[in-house]
Amino acid sequence: MESAIEIRDLVTYYGEREILKNISLSIPQRKTTVILGGSGCGKSTLLKHLIRLLKPTRGSILINGQDITQMDEEELNKVRQKMGVLFQGSALLNSISVADNVALPLREHTRLKESTIQIMLRMKLDLVGLSGFEHLYPSQLSGGMKKRAALARAIALDPEMLFFDEPSAGLDPVTAAGLDELILKLKNVFRMTIVVVTHELASVFAIADYVVMLDFGEVIFSGNLDELKASDHPRIRMFLERRPEKEAYSPEDYFRIIAGD
Amino acid sequence: MPSLVENFLGLIGRKAITHLQDVHDASKLINDTFYWTFLSPFKGKKIRVRASISEMVKTGYNSVPIVAVISFFVGVILALQAAYQLRRFGALIYVANLVGVSITRELGPILTAIIVAGRSGSAFAAEIGSMKAAEEIDALVSMGINPVRYLVVPKLIAMMVMLPALTIFSDSIGLLGGFLLSVLALGIHPYNYFQQTINALLIKDILTGLTKAWAFSIVITLVGSYQGFKVAGGAEEV
Repeated sequence: MESAIEIRDLVTYYGEREILKNISLSIPQRKTTVILGGSGCGKSTLLKHLIRLLKPTRGSILINGQDITQMDEEELNKVRQKMGVLFQGSALLNSISVADNVALPLREHTRLKESTIQIMLRMKLDLVGLSGFEHLYPSQLSGGMKKRAALARAIALDPEMLFFDEPSAGLDPVTAAGLDELILKLKNVFRMTIVVVTHELASVFAIADYVVMLDFGEVIFSGNLDELKASDHPRIRMFLERRPEKEAYSPEDYFRIIAGD
Repeated sequence: MPSLVENFLGLIGRKAITHLQDVHDASKLINDTFYWTFLSPFKGKKIRVRASISEMVKTGYNSVPIVAVISFFVGVILALQAAYQLRRFGALIYVANLVGVSITRELGPILTAIIVAGRSGSAFAAEIGSMKAAEEIDALVSMGINPVRYLVVPKLIAMMVMLPALTIFSDSIGLLGGFLLSVLALGIHPYNYFQQTINALLIKDILTGLTKAWAFSIVITLVGSYQGFKVAGGAEEV
Protein backbone atom coordinates (compact mmCIF):
# COMPACT_ATOMS: atom_id res chain seq x y z
CA MET A 1 0.00 0.00 0.00
CA GLU A 2 1.64 3.21 -1.17
CA SER A 3 1.17 6.20 1.06
CA ALA A 4 0.26 9.66 -0.21
CA ILE A 5 0.81 11.48 3.05
CA GLU A 6 3.30 10.55 5.71
CA ILE A 7 3.07 12.25 9.12
CA ARG A 8 6.04 11.87 11.45
CA ASP A 9 6.16 12.80 15.15
CA LEU A 10 3.78 15.72 14.79
CA VAL A 11 3.46 17.87 17.92
CA THR A 12 1.40 21.06 18.18
CA TYR A 13 0.66 23.51 20.93
CA TYR A 14 -2.04 26.17 21.10
CA GLY A 15 -0.35 28.44 23.59
CA GLU A 16 0.47 26.17 26.54
CA ARG A 17 -1.98 23.42 25.61
CA GLU A 18 -0.66 20.42 23.72
CA ILE A 19 -3.21 19.64 21.00
CA LEU A 20 -1.48 16.95 18.96
CA LYS A 21 0.82 14.65 20.86
CA ASN A 22 3.42 12.95 18.74
CA ILE A 23 1.27 11.78 15.86
CA SER A 24 2.77 9.43 13.29
CA LEU A 25 0.65 7.91 10.57
CA SER A 26 0.51 7.34 6.86
CA ILE A 27 -2.46 7.97 4.62
CA PRO A 28 -2.79 5.55 1.70
CA GLN A 29 -2.92 6.68 -1.89
CA ARG A 30 -6.14 6.62 -3.95
CA LYS A 31 -8.19 5.51 -0.95
CA THR A 32 -10.63 7.21 1.36
CA THR A 33 -9.17 7.74 4.78
CA VAL A 34 -11.45 8.85 7.56
CA ILE A 35 -10.03 10.65 10.57
CA LEU A 36 -12.43 9.89 13.36
CA GLY A 37 -12.71 11.24 16.85
CA GLY A 38 -14.80 13.10 19.36
CA SER A 39 -15.11 16.86 19.49
CA GLY A 40 -11.92 18.57 20.57
CA CYS A 41 -9.66 15.57 19.95
CA GLY A 42 -7.59 17.56 17.47
CA LYS A 43 -8.87 16.06 14.22
CA SER A 44 -9.68 19.40 12.57
CA THR A 45 -6.33 20.73 13.76
CA LEU A 46 -4.62 17.77 12.14
CA LEU A 47 -6.44 18.50 8.88
CA LYS A 48 -5.37 22.13 9.02
CA HIS A 49 -1.78 20.93 9.34
CA LEU A 50 -2.13 18.69 6.28
CA ILE A 51 -3.09 21.70 4.17
CA ARG A 52 -0.52 23.84 5.99
CA LEU A 53 -2.94 26.39 7.34
CA LEU A 54 -1.15 25.74 10.62
CA LYS A 55 2.50 25.06 11.19
CA PRO A 56 3.37 22.34 13.70
CA THR A 57 5.62 22.95 16.67
CA ARG A 58 7.64 19.85 15.80
CA GLY A 59 7.52 17.01 13.34
CA SER A 60 7.17 16.68 9.60
CA ILE A 61 4.45 16.06 7.04
CA LEU A 62 5.53 14.50 3.78
CA ILE A 63 3.27 14.80 0.77
CA ASN A 64 4.54 12.78 -2.18
CA GLY A 65 7.87 12.61 -0.40
CA GLN A 66 8.23 16.38 0.14
CA ASP A 67 8.14 17.90 3.60
CA ILE A 68 5.51 20.66 3.53
CA THR A 69 6.46 22.01 6.95
CA GLN A 70 9.79 23.22 5.55
CA MET A 71 8.48 24.77 2.32
CA ASP A 72 8.33 28.46 1.48
CA GLU A 73 5.14 30.00 0.19
CA GLU A 74 5.86 29.57 -3.51
CA GLU A 75 6.59 25.85 -3.25
CA LEU A 76 3.59 25.41 -0.99
CA ASN A 77 1.28 27.03 -3.50
CA LYS A 78 2.40 24.49 -6.10
CA VAL A 79 1.51 21.66 -3.71
CA ARG A 80 -1.76 23.34 -2.79
CA GLN A 81 -2.83 23.40 -6.42
CA LYS A 82 -2.86 19.61 -6.28
CA MET A 83 -5.12 19.68 -3.23
CA GLY A 84 -8.77 20.49 -2.89
CA VAL A 85 -10.32 21.38 0.43
CA LEU A 86 -13.96 21.40 1.46
CA PHE A 87 -14.35 23.43 4.61
CA GLN A 88 -16.91 22.80 7.31
CA GLY A 89 -18.82 26.01 6.58
CA SER A 90 -18.15 25.51 2.83
CA ALA A 91 -16.26 28.86 2.79
CA LEU A 92 -17.53 30.05 -0.59
CA LEU A 93 -16.66 33.68 -1.22
CA ASN A 94 -19.93 35.42 -0.49
CA SER A 95 -19.31 38.45 -2.64
CA ILE A 96 -19.10 36.56 -5.95
CA SER A 97 -21.46 34.16 -7.72
CA VAL A 98 -21.24 30.37 -7.62
CA ALA A 99 -19.76 30.35 -11.13
CA ASP A 100 -17.04 32.84 -10.17
CA ASN A 101 -16.29 30.85 -7.04
CA VAL A 102 -15.76 27.64 -8.99
CA ALA A 103 -13.81 29.43 -11.71
CA LEU A 104 -11.60 31.25 -9.20
CA PRO A 105 -8.79 28.65 -9.01
CA LEU A 106 -8.89 28.24 -12.79
CA ARG A 107 -8.60 31.97 -13.37
CA GLU A 108 -5.86 32.41 -10.78
CA HIS A 109 -3.67 29.44 -11.61
CA THR A 110 -4.16 28.71 -15.29
CA ARG A 111 -3.98 30.75 -18.47
CA LEU A 112 -7.01 29.12 -20.03
CA LYS A 113 -9.31 31.07 -22.28
CA GLU A 114 -12.56 32.32 -20.79
CA SER A 115 -14.61 30.03 -23.07
CA THR A 116 -12.64 26.98 -21.87
CA ILE A 117 -13.11 28.05 -18.27
CA GLN A 118 -16.87 28.30 -18.84
CA ILE A 119 -16.96 24.73 -20.19
CA MET A 120 -14.88 23.36 -17.29
CA LEU A 121 -17.05 25.27 -14.88
CA ARG A 122 -20.21 23.64 -16.24
CA MET A 123 -18.58 20.21 -16.14
CA LYS A 124 -17.67 20.60 -12.48
CA LEU A 125 -21.08 21.95 -11.54
CA ASP A 126 -22.77 19.11 -13.41
CA LEU A 127 -20.60 16.60 -11.57
CA VAL A 128 -21.84 17.83 -8.20
CA GLY A 129 -25.42 18.15 -9.47
CA LEU A 130 -25.66 21.93 -9.53
CA SER A 131 -26.18 22.63 -13.24
CA GLY A 132 -28.18 25.76 -13.76
CA PHE A 133 -27.29 27.35 -10.44
CA GLU A 134 -24.16 29.12 -11.64
CA HIS A 135 -25.61 32.63 -11.50
CA LEU A 136 -26.84 32.43 -7.93
CA TYR A 137 -24.90 33.83 -5.01
CA PRO A 138 -23.79 31.65 -2.08
CA SER A 139 -26.31 33.33 0.21
CA GLN A 140 -29.13 32.11 -2.05
CA LEU A 141 -28.14 28.43 -1.72
CA SER A 142 -29.14 25.88 0.90
CA GLY A 143 -26.53 24.28 3.17
CA GLY A 144 -26.23 21.13 1.07
CA MET A 145 -25.99 23.08 -2.18
CA LYS A 146 -23.29 25.30 -0.68
CA LYS A 147 -21.27 22.20 0.18
CA ARG A 148 -21.70 20.88 -3.36
CA ALA A 149 -20.65 24.21 -4.84
CA ALA A 150 -17.62 24.29 -2.56
CA LEU A 151 -16.82 20.75 -3.66
CA ALA A 152 -17.01 21.84 -7.29
CA ARG A 153 -14.52 24.58 -6.47
CA ALA A 154 -12.25 22.13 -4.65
CA ILE A 155 -12.07 19.83 -7.68
CA ALA A 156 -11.80 22.64 -10.23
CA LEU A 157 -8.10 22.01 -10.83
CA ASP A 158 -8.52 18.19 -10.83
CA PRO A 159 -6.52 17.71 -7.63
CA GLU A 160 -4.77 14.51 -6.60
CA MET A 161 -5.97 14.89 -3.04
CA LEU A 162 -9.21 16.04 -1.51
CA PHE A 163 -9.71 17.03 2.10
CA PHE A 164 -13.12 17.23 3.75
CA ASP A 165 -13.70 18.89 7.10
CA GLU A 166 -16.91 17.48 8.60
CA PRO A 167 -18.77 17.18 5.28
CA SER A 168 -22.05 16.14 6.87
CA ALA A 169 -22.07 18.72 9.67
CA GLY A 170 -25.36 20.58 9.71
CA LEU A 171 -26.94 18.57 6.88
CA ASP A 172 -30.03 16.39 6.96
CA PRO A 173 -29.45 12.60 6.54
CA VAL A 174 -30.59 12.53 2.92
CA THR A 175 -28.32 15.37 1.84
CA ALA A 176 -25.46 13.95 3.88
CA ALA A 177 -25.90 10.57 2.18
CA GLY A 178 -25.86 12.33 -1.19
CA LEU A 179 -22.56 13.92 -0.29
CA ASP A 180 -21.16 10.54 0.78
CA GLU A 181 -22.13 9.12 -2.56
CA LEU A 182 -20.34 11.98 -4.26
CA ILE A 183 -17.20 11.23 -2.25
CA LEU A 184 -17.34 7.58 -3.34
CA LYS A 185 -17.80 8.63 -6.94
CA LEU A 186 -14.78 10.93 -6.80
CA LYS A 187 -12.62 8.16 -5.41
CA ASN A 188 -13.80 5.51 -7.85
CA VAL A 189 -13.98 7.58 -11.01
CA PHE A 190 -11.16 10.06 -10.53
CA ARG A 191 -8.94 7.87 -8.32
CA MET A 192 -8.33 10.68 -5.85
CA THR A 193 -6.77 10.34 -2.43
CA ILE A 194 -9.47 11.47 -0.06
CA VAL A 195 -9.15 12.46 3.58
CA VAL A 196 -12.35 13.02 5.53
CA VAL A 197 -12.56 14.36 9.05
CA THR A 198 -15.83 13.43 10.70
CA HIS A 199 -17.54 12.04 13.76
CA GLU A 200 -20.59 10.85 11.82
CA LEU A 201 -20.58 7.04 12.18
CA ALA A 202 -23.07 6.37 9.39
CA SER A 203 -20.93 8.17 6.90
CA VAL A 204 -17.75 6.49 8.16
CA PHE A 205 -19.17 3.05 7.37
CA ALA A 206 -20.36 4.23 3.97
CA ILE A 207 -17.17 5.76 2.65
CA ALA A 208 -14.11 4.66 4.60
CA ASP A 209 -11.40 2.34 3.25
CA TYR A 210 -9.06 3.20 6.06
CA VAL A 211 -9.82 4.67 9.46
CA VAL A 212 -7.65 6.65 11.84
CA MET A 213 -9.04 7.40 15.26
CA LEU A 214 -7.76 10.23 17.40
CA ASP A 215 -8.39 10.69 21.08
CA PHE A 216 -7.03 13.61 23.09
CA GLY A 217 -4.43 14.35 20.43
CA GLU A 218 -3.15 10.80 20.06
CA VAL A 219 -3.72 8.12 17.44
CA ILE A 220 -5.47 5.25 19.19
CA PHE A 221 -6.37 3.25 16.12
CA SER A 222 -5.55 2.92 12.47
CA GLY A 223 -6.75 0.19 10.17
CA ASN A 224 -9.66 -0.79 7.95
CA LEU A 225 -13.34 -0.91 8.83
CA ASP A 226 -13.41 -4.58 9.90
CA GLU A 227 -10.52 -4.01 12.24
CA LEU A 228 -12.32 -1.00 13.66
CA LYS A 229 -15.46 -3.02 14.34
CA ALA A 230 -13.44 -5.81 15.92
CA SER A 231 -11.38 -3.51 18.12
CA ASP A 232 -11.84 -3.81 21.87
CA HIS A 233 -10.17 -0.54 22.82
CA PRO A 234 -12.52 0.98 25.43
CA ARG A 235 -12.59 4.47 23.85
CA ILE A 236 -13.40 3.02 20.43
CA ARG A 237 -16.18 0.85 21.86
CA MET A 238 -17.65 3.91 23.59
CA PHE A 239 -17.55 5.80 20.33
CA LEU A 240 -19.09 3.02 18.24
CA GLU A 241 -21.81 2.23 20.77
CA ARG A 242 -22.60 5.86 21.45
CA ARG A 243 -22.04 5.58 25.18
CA PRO A 244 -21.55 8.82 27.13
CA GLU A 245 -18.46 9.45 29.17
CA LYS A 246 -18.80 8.54 32.82
CA GLU A 247 -19.04 11.27 35.41
CA ALA A 248 -15.45 12.23 35.88
CA TYR A 249 -15.70 13.39 39.46
CA SER A 250 -17.42 12.52 42.70
CA PRO A 251 -20.01 14.69 44.54
CA GLU A 252 -17.27 15.90 46.92
CA ASP A 253 -15.24 17.06 43.92
CA TYR A 254 -18.29 18.79 42.56
CA PHE A 255 -18.74 20.81 45.72
CA ARG A 256 -15.09 21.72 45.62
CA ILE A 257 -15.47 22.92 42.00
CA ILE A 258 -18.49 25.11 42.60
CA ALA A 259 -16.94 26.51 45.77
CA GLY A 260 -14.14 27.67 43.50
CA ASP A 261 -10.91 26.27 44.96
CA MET B 1 3.52 32.42 46.05
CA PRO B 2 5.31 34.77 43.66
CA SER B 3 6.35 38.04 45.22
CA LEU B 4 4.93 41.41 44.27
CA VAL B 5 7.99 42.21 42.18
CA GLU B 6 7.70 38.95 40.29
CA ASN B 7 4.03 39.61 39.61
CA PHE B 8 4.82 43.07 38.36
CA LEU B 9 7.62 41.92 36.08
CA GLY B 10 5.40 39.12 34.82
CA LEU B 11 2.70 41.62 33.95
CA ILE B 12 5.14 43.77 32.00
CA GLY B 13 6.44 40.69 30.21
CA ARG B 14 2.99 39.44 29.21
CA LYS B 15 1.94 42.87 27.92
CA ALA B 16 5.20 43.25 26.02
CA ILE B 17 4.84 39.85 24.35
CA THR B 18 1.31 40.57 23.08
CA HIS B 19 2.41 43.95 21.75
CA LEU B 20 5.47 42.47 20.09
CA GLN B 21 3.19 39.94 18.39
CA ASP B 22 1.04 42.83 17.13
CA VAL B 23 4.11 44.64 15.82
CA HIS B 24 5.27 41.46 14.10
CA ASP B 25 1.87 40.82 12.46
CA ALA B 26 1.52 44.42 11.33
CA SER B 27 4.99 44.55 9.83
CA LYS B 28 4.36 41.28 8.03
CA LEU B 29 1.17 42.70 6.51
CA ILE B 30 2.96 45.88 5.44
CA ASN B 31 5.79 43.85 3.94
CA ASP B 32 3.42 41.52 2.06
CA THR B 33 1.25 44.36 0.81
CA PHE B 34 4.16 46.32 -0.63
CA TYR B 35 5.69 43.19 -2.10
CA TRP B 36 2.49 42.17 -3.89
CA THR B 37 1.69 45.73 -5.00
CA PHE B 38 5.03 47.04 -6.20
CA LEU B 39 7.38 44.09 -6.77
CA SER B 40 5.39 41.04 -7.83
CA PRO B 41 3.88 42.70 -10.97
CA PHE B 42 7.45 42.77 -12.34
CA LYS B 43 7.74 39.06 -11.73
CA GLY B 44 4.77 38.29 -13.94
CA LYS B 45 2.08 38.01 -11.26
CA LYS B 46 -0.71 40.16 -12.60
CA ILE B 47 -2.62 42.63 -10.45
CA ARG B 48 -6.39 42.23 -10.34
CA VAL B 49 -7.32 45.25 -12.43
CA ARG B 50 -11.06 44.62 -12.48
CA ALA B 51 -11.25 44.27 -8.70
CA SER B 52 -9.16 47.44 -8.34
CA ILE B 53 -11.64 49.35 -10.48
CA SER B 54 -14.62 48.09 -8.54
CA GLU B 55 -12.85 49.09 -5.30
CA MET B 56 -12.25 52.53 -6.84
CA VAL B 57 -15.97 52.90 -7.39
CA LYS B 58 -16.72 51.82 -3.84
CA THR B 59 -14.10 53.93 -2.08
CA GLY B 60 -13.88 56.90 -4.42
CA TYR B 61 -16.93 57.50 -6.52
CA ASN B 62 -19.40 56.65 -3.77
CA SER B 63 -17.70 59.10 -1.39
CA VAL B 64 -18.13 62.05 -3.76
CA PRO B 65 -21.44 63.42 -2.38
CA ILE B 66 -20.41 63.45 1.26
CA VAL B 67 -16.96 64.87 0.47
CA ALA B 68 -18.61 67.59 -1.61
CA VAL B 69 -21.07 68.61 1.09
CA ILE B 70 -18.52 68.75 3.88
CA SER B 71 -15.82 70.51 1.85
CA PHE B 72 -18.27 73.11 0.63
CA PHE B 73 -19.38 74.02 4.11
CA VAL B 74 -15.86 74.05 5.48
CA GLY B 75 -14.91 76.51 2.71
CA VAL B 76 -17.89 78.70 3.57
CA ILE B 77 -17.21 78.66 7.31
CA LEU B 78 -13.53 79.32 6.85
CA ALA B 79 -14.24 82.39 4.71
CA LEU B 80 -16.87 83.61 7.15
CA GLN B 81 -14.63 83.34 10.20
CA ALA B 82 -11.62 84.78 8.38
CA ALA B 83 -13.68 87.77 7.24
CA TYR B 84 -14.91 88.38 10.76
CA GLN B 85 -11.32 88.88 11.94
CA LEU B 86 -9.72 90.41 8.87
CA ARG B 87 -12.39 93.08 8.44
CA ARG B 88 -11.11 94.86 11.54
CA PHE B 89 -7.81 95.45 9.84
CA GLY B 90 -9.33 96.38 6.52
CA ALA B 91 -7.70 93.32 4.97
CA LEU B 92 -10.82 91.63 3.73
CA ILE B 93 -9.27 90.57 0.43
CA TYR B 94 -6.83 88.30 2.32
CA VAL B 95 -9.74 85.97 2.98
CA ALA B 96 -8.85 84.53 -0.41
CA ASN B 97 -5.28 83.74 0.67
CA LEU B 98 -6.36 82.17 3.90
CA VAL B 99 -9.04 80.00 2.36
CA GLY B 100 -6.87 79.01 -0.58
CA VAL B 101 -3.78 77.98 1.35
CA SER B 102 -5.44 76.32 4.32
CA ILE B 103 -7.81 74.29 2.16
CA THR B 104 -5.24 73.01 -0.30
CA ARG B 105 -2.48 72.35 2.23
CA GLU B 106 -4.40 71.03 5.20
CA LEU B 107 -8.14 70.88 5.24
CA GLY B 108 -8.79 69.25 1.86
CA PRO B 109 -6.54 66.23 2.47
CA ILE B 110 -7.45 65.77 6.12
CA LEU B 111 -11.21 66.08 5.62
CA THR B 112 -11.17 63.67 2.72
CA ALA B 113 -9.01 61.25 4.67
CA ILE B 114 -11.32 61.34 7.68
CA ILE B 115 -14.41 60.74 5.55
CA VAL B 116 -12.79 57.92 3.58
CA ALA B 117 -11.32 56.34 6.72
CA GLY B 118 -14.80 56.34 8.21
CA ARG B 119 -16.43 54.90 5.12
CA SER B 120 -13.84 52.63 3.54
CA GLY B 121 -11.39 51.90 6.33
CA SER B 122 -14.10 50.39 8.47
CA ALA B 123 -15.63 48.66 5.44
CA PHE B 124 -12.27 46.98 4.72
CA ALA B 125 -11.99 45.81 8.31
CA ALA B 126 -15.55 44.47 8.27
CA GLU B 127 -15.16 42.75 4.90
CA ILE B 128 -11.88 41.01 5.68
CA GLY B 129 -12.99 40.29 9.23
CA SER B 130 -16.17 38.54 8.19
CA MET B 131 -14.28 36.58 5.53
CA LYS B 132 -11.85 35.46 8.20
CA ALA B 133 -14.68 34.37 10.47
CA ALA B 134 -16.36 32.39 7.65
CA GLU B 135 -13.12 30.52 6.78
CA GLU B 136 -13.05 32.30 3.41
CA ILE B 137 -9.48 33.49 4.01
CA ASP B 138 -8.46 29.92 4.83
CA ALA B 139 -10.16 28.77 1.65
CA LEU B 140 -8.16 31.29 -0.40
CA VAL B 141 -4.92 30.12 1.21
CA SER B 142 -5.79 26.48 0.59
CA MET B 143 -6.38 27.24 -3.08
CA GLY B 144 -2.89 28.72 -3.23
CA ILE B 145 -4.18 32.28 -3.56
CA ASN B 146 -2.44 34.82 -1.36
CA PRO B 147 -5.15 36.70 0.56
CA VAL B 148 -3.08 39.88 0.67
CA ARG B 149 -2.71 39.86 -3.09
CA TYR B 150 -6.34 38.95 -3.63
CA LEU B 151 -7.92 41.33 -1.11
CA VAL B 152 -5.57 44.08 0.05
CA VAL B 153 -3.69 44.98 -3.13
CA PRO B 154 -6.79 46.06 -5.14
CA LYS B 155 -7.90 48.14 -2.17
CA LEU B 156 -4.50 49.78 -1.82
CA ILE B 157 -4.34 50.61 -5.51
CA ALA B 158 -7.87 51.98 -5.46
CA MET B 159 -7.13 54.11 -2.42
CA MET B 160 -3.81 55.40 -3.77
CA VAL B 161 -5.59 56.62 -6.89
CA MET B 162 -8.88 57.76 -5.41
CA LEU B 163 -7.80 59.56 -2.25
CA PRO B 164 -5.64 62.14 -4.08
CA ALA B 165 -8.39 62.44 -6.70
CA LEU B 166 -11.00 63.05 -4.02
CA THR B 167 -8.64 65.55 -2.40
CA ILE B 168 -8.41 67.58 -5.61
CA PHE B 169 -12.18 67.47 -5.80
CA SER B 170 -12.50 68.49 -2.15
CA ASP B 171 -10.01 71.36 -2.68
CA SER B 172 -12.01 72.73 -5.59
CA ILE B 173 -15.35 72.48 -3.81
CA GLY B 174 -13.88 74.09 -0.67
CA LEU B 175 -12.43 76.95 -2.70
CA LEU B 176 -15.78 77.33 -4.42
CA GLY B 177 -17.49 77.58 -1.04
CA GLY B 178 -15.10 80.32 0.11
CA PHE B 179 -15.50 82.09 -3.20
CA LEU B 180 -19.30 82.05 -3.14
CA LEU B 181 -19.47 83.35 0.40
CA SER B 182 -16.94 86.12 -0.26
CA VAL B 183 -18.70 87.24 -3.40
CA LEU B 184 -22.29 86.97 -2.19
CA ALA B 185 -22.01 87.93 1.49
CA LEU B 186 -18.80 89.94 1.81
CA GLY B 187 -19.14 91.83 -1.42
CA ILE B 188 -15.67 91.07 -2.75
CA HIS B 189 -15.45 91.41 -6.53
CA PRO B 190 -15.31 87.93 -8.10
CA TYR B 191 -12.37 88.77 -10.35
CA ASN B 192 -10.36 90.23 -7.45
CA TYR B 193 -11.01 87.15 -5.32
CA PHE B 194 -10.04 84.88 -8.18
CA GLN B 195 -6.79 86.79 -8.86
CA GLN B 196 -5.93 86.88 -5.17
CA THR B 197 -6.36 83.11 -4.84
CA ILE B 198 -4.26 82.43 -7.92
CA ASN B 199 -1.50 84.68 -6.57
CA ALA B 200 -1.61 83.15 -3.11
CA LEU B 201 -1.47 79.52 -4.19
CA LEU B 202 1.79 77.91 -5.09
CA ILE B 203 1.88 74.64 -6.98
CA LYS B 204 3.86 73.37 -3.98
CA ASP B 205 0.82 73.87 -1.72
CA ILE B 206 -1.31 71.62 -3.87
CA LEU B 207 1.40 68.98 -4.25
CA THR B 208 1.98 68.94 -0.50
CA GLY B 209 -1.72 68.32 0.00
CA LEU B 210 -1.74 65.49 -2.54
CA THR B 211 1.31 63.85 -1.00
CA LYS B 212 -0.46 63.89 2.34
CA ALA B 213 -3.53 62.34 0.75
CA TRP B 214 -1.40 59.61 -0.79
CA ALA B 215 0.23 58.83 2.56
CA PHE B 216 -3.16 58.80 4.27
CA SER B 217 -4.46 56.36 1.66
CA ILE B 218 -1.75 53.83 2.54
CA VAL B 219 -2.31 54.22 6.27
CA ILE B 220 -6.09 53.85 5.97
CA THR B 221 -5.85 50.71 3.83
CA LEU B 222 -3.26 49.03 6.02
CA VAL B 223 -4.96 49.83 9.30
CA GLY B 224 -8.37 48.71 8.01
CA SER B 225 -7.00 45.48 6.57
CA TYR B 226 -4.88 44.76 9.62
CA GLN B 227 -7.90 45.07 11.89
CA GLY B 228 -9.76 42.70 9.57
CA PHE B 229 -7.02 40.06 9.55
CA LYS B 230 -6.76 40.26 13.34
CA VAL B 231 -10.28 38.84 13.73
CA ALA B 232 -10.24 35.40 15.30
CA GLY B 233 -13.42 33.58 16.14
CA GLY B 234 -16.99 34.57 15.57
CA ALA B 235 -19.04 37.33 14.06
CA GLU B 236 -19.13 39.57 17.12
CA GLU B 237 -15.37 40.10 16.77
CA VAL B 238 -15.96 41.91 13.49
